[in-house]
Amino acid sequence: MSRPVVLSLENITMQFGGVVAINNLSMEIPEGNITALIGPNGAGKTTAFNCITGVYQPTNGIVRFMDKVIVASHPTGKDLKNYKGWNADAYAGMKIIDPTPDQITRLGIARTFQNIRLWKSMTVFENVLTAKHMRAKQNVFSATFRANAKEEKRMRDETMALLEEQGLDRFRDELATSLPYGLQRRLEIARALATDPKLLLLDEPAAGMNPQETLELSEFIKQIRDKYGLTILLIEHHMDLVMGIADYIYVIDFGSEIAQGLPAEIQSNRKVIDAYLGVSEDE
Amino acid sequence: MLTEKKDKTGLFIGAVCLAVLYVFLILLDNVIPQNSFTLLLVPVLKKGAIYSLVCVSMNLLNGFTGLFSLGQAGFMMLGGYAYAIFSIPKDQHAAVYQYFDGGLIQFSIPEALSNVLGESAGAIIGSIICIMIAGIVAAAFAALIGIPVLRLKSDYLAIATLGFAEILRAIFQWSGLGPITNGSNLLRKYTSLSAIKIGSLKLATFFPFFIAGISIALIVLLINSSYGRAFKAIRDDEIAAEAMGINLFRHKMLSFVISSFFAGVGGALLAMFQTTIQATPFKSAMTYELLLIVVIGGIGSISGSCIGAFLFIACNEWWLRFLDNGSFMGMSVPFFRDGFRKVVFSVIIMVIVLFFSKGIMGDREISFAGLARRIRGSKPSGGKEAPAK
Repeated sequence: MSRPVVLSLENITMQFGGVVAINNLSMEIPEGNITALIGPNGAGKTTAFNCITGVYQPTNGIVRFMDKVIVASHPTGKDLKNYKGWNADAYAGMKIIDPTPDQITRLGIARTFQNIRLWKSMTVFENVLTAKHMRAKQNVFSATFRANAKEEKRMRDETMALLEEQGLDRFRDELATSLPYGLQRRLEIARALATDPKLLLLDEPAAGMNPQETLELSEFIKQIRDKYGLTILLIEHHMDLVMGIADYIYVIDFGSEIAQGLPAEIQSNRKVIDAYLGVSEDE
Repeated sequence: MLTEKKDKTGLFIGAVCLAVLYVFLILLDNVIPQNSFTLLLVPVLKKGAIYSLVCVSMNLLNGFTGLFSLGQAGFMMLGGYAYAIFSIPKDQHAAVYQYFDGGLIQFSIPEALSNVLGESAGAIIGSIICIMIAGIVAAAFAALIGIPVLRLKSDYLAIATLGFAEILRAIFQWSGLGPITNGSNLLRKYTSLSAIKIGSLKLATFFPFFIAGISIALIVLLINSSYGRAFKAIRDDEIAAEAMGINLFRHKMLSFVISSFFAGVGGALLAMFQTTIQATPFKSAMTYELLLIVVIGGIGSISGSCIGAFLFIACNEWWLRFLDNGSFMGMSVPFFRDGFRKVVFSVIIMVIVLFFSKGIMGDREISFAGLARRIRGSKPSGGKEAPAK
């Protein structure tokens, strides 16, 4: 991997009470790649996402983004006593960095959700426009008194351009929730793009889609990667989608990594097949 | 870029309506002779305007940001007291603070300005400054209690803010603070609405409408700005809002502080209207009244809150008064006695909540732009609201 690494996870462990949801997970995501994180239900994929995006504070480990440590944690006090993961003292002296999700987004990491979370009372246009709020150069007074009309106009124009690029401009005044399911997914991605991300995290983008829609989606993901110069990390169940678009795949089961490699390698990996299909006890 | 031209027509119609209303109010104060009808109408209009403002400020918090807060009466009380304390004339202090050696604060902003600018200008500018102070005091308290309280969600936030308002009321009645708040006694003799006039032109009814109009217009501008959209995003889905880079705490605090600022302004206007102020009426019952208006008007509708406020005040102080008089159209009705009004009122509210569960307006607005389009016969789409009144 010669390309620079955009996001790296180092020994991330997430423990809830006595349950270790993620154990010592390390990943490297090179720039411009589509990296997939797969695994059976309950393997800890979404938990890994939540550790990156600041929803959870991991119990142990470091997340780096563009060579900068954005999340750092190590078990202390009672957590240390009950700690079941590995490398308990690897980061012991480090300052704990526990950002909130909006701080992570500000750095340039945007995400979508497994169960679509669009703003229900808003139109398609407003959904995307509101995501532009974070980067708007204004304060509450200049916004209220319309002192910076140029900024508002820029936000509106950029939103319109983004909607046109995503083929959503026909629906601009429709309520976001009135769109068909596939388009809601697409709108959620458009909304994430409105925050000007460098890294896009997609949480099961093909969930609930039929094969045709899935095919379109994989084309769409490649398109936006090239168009916006994105790096993409996606969680997925659909093997067709993952094998079709991923440059590199990490497989986890019960919170631990069981395999990593190129799609072709993963497809023939014994451990992965066992994890997905189940393995009988007496084998 | 979009429908700017149409919006301008709407804005024009809105401005004309507002101007007509204001001219009517000035006529009501000065030209139209007082009779039994105007004697009832004028207080209802004044109080309705004040309640509109407070309810819109509550709607900003409860309806647009989705924070269920019940501290509005507390912030009104803060505003009312701040206004009264800074506008009691110097030579009245001994009489007002008779149990507290004339009180601690020995100056009056309207009086000081009157000495420089003349009586009427001093009273108007001075009272506007005091109203600003009232808002700032309420906003400052909101910022302080917001730090712990805004980390709570839904019902817990409601309980905490309600508790705060009740504690504040008790503290204001404490004699230890007497030199400032006059303990549990009335504050009076401060600049009231009747002192607001230019020469002989009385503005007593115009003034609350003017202040409330400006405040509501500011809130509408805020709601339609980028920050307003961020508030709505927090209301619709907090987790998504945070993931899209909206700092939850900062925006909730902003909404809370701004809402409290305007509640303070409303409290100051209420103090001006009542001519005396005391902590006792600012109970949780008052917050419930406000909440009721917001719900009846429609949670998330500015014009709904305004309509609701005027309807509520009119029913409460005027239209349903006959129910308390013991007689109806000349006949004596024994159960029409004190308090029966409240019973009928409760029934009306139940009917509204049962059959119009979204309130009068839902989350729609009276839109002058939409009105303009309808007049011209083009099809209405995506109604932009104009400051409705």
